Amino acid sequence: MSEAEADPRAAVRRQAIVIAVSTAPFGVAFGIAAADAGLTLWEAVGFSTLVFTGSAQFAAVSVLDDGGTVVAAVTAGLLLNLRSLAFGVAMAPALRGSWPFRAAASQLMIDESTAVGTAQPTLALRRYGFLVAGLAVFVVWNLSTLLGAAVLSSAGDVVETLGLDAAIPAVFLALVWPRLADPLQRRLAFAGAALALLLTPITPAGVPIVASASVVVLAWRRPT
Amino acid sequence: MSEAVVVMLALALGTYALKATGPLVLGGRERLPVWLERLALLLPAPLLMALVATSTLVADRSLVIDERLAGLAAAALALWWRANFIVVVVAAAATTAVVRLVT
Repeated sequence: MSEAEADPRAAVRRQAIVIAVSTAPFGVAFGIAAADAGLTLWEAVGFSTLVFTGSAQFAAVSVLDDGGTVVAAVTAGLLLNLRSLAFGVAMAPALRGSWPFRAAASQLMIDESTAVGTAQPTLALRRYGFLVAGLAVFVVWNLSTLLGAAVLSSAGDVVETLGLDAAIPAVFLALVWPRLADPLQRRLAFAGAALALLLTPITPAGVPIVASASVVVLAWRRPT
Repeated sequence: MSEAVVVMLALALGTYALKATGPLVLGGRERLPVWLERLALLLPAPLLMALVATSTLVADRSLVIDERLAGLAAAALALWWRANFIVVVVAAAATTAVVRLVT
């Protein structure tokens, strides 16, 4: 008999820890990106604590770094985060309880916690997996952000020398990569990129990113 | 308050509203309309790829081809080979740094 059958919670905990540790390099990369964009150490960690959604944090900081407006940075982040709404609806049955509990659990609504949670067979294990993964990622994500921001701010002007400016597009590429396996999402991805590049010389910074979202109209009424 | 703090607070509030609607407001009794689920599924790909494109090919609001493109190619190659995330980022940074050094 495998260990997983003996104690399903131990297996869930292991999943949660593996996934949490795997977010550490992303957290360090975010800390570096934030420091490079001129954010203080505590602003960088504030993003990771209060926003706590990796891709939206990267997007907002990237738009800010390019000189985009506050509205463009927030809009780009929120459009990316629309999926949190779908995650919340999917996880809600496993997260019943007092309103303070539901309010606190909601902050943990991210890709990783939803992935571990929805992968479990029973409602109780779904709740357990979501909470353990969410908390583990929260701790790792904030500590690694702190580390990345602290290392870069103390290292001085090494961004260009070490090629760290190319780490940011690499992060975005790694985030979009799994979606490119789907032909429809691949077409939308390249259409969005083309539109953003086309708009870059003629619109204020940040606008091309937000505008790229509009290519989803190309996919309307076409079933996947 | 710096621009970054305003963005942080506004994005945190908006994101929390999205995260909490399911558990706090709907409580598992309802499902999202199909069009909204579809929108949430399809939005990230164009946004993320637009960010890839602009963070590689744009400097001061004009299109440029520089060492970052070599770094992105290295990252794509690493992803193609199913490399770990750390390898992907280090490959991009190292390639860009080396190309910058020799050109």
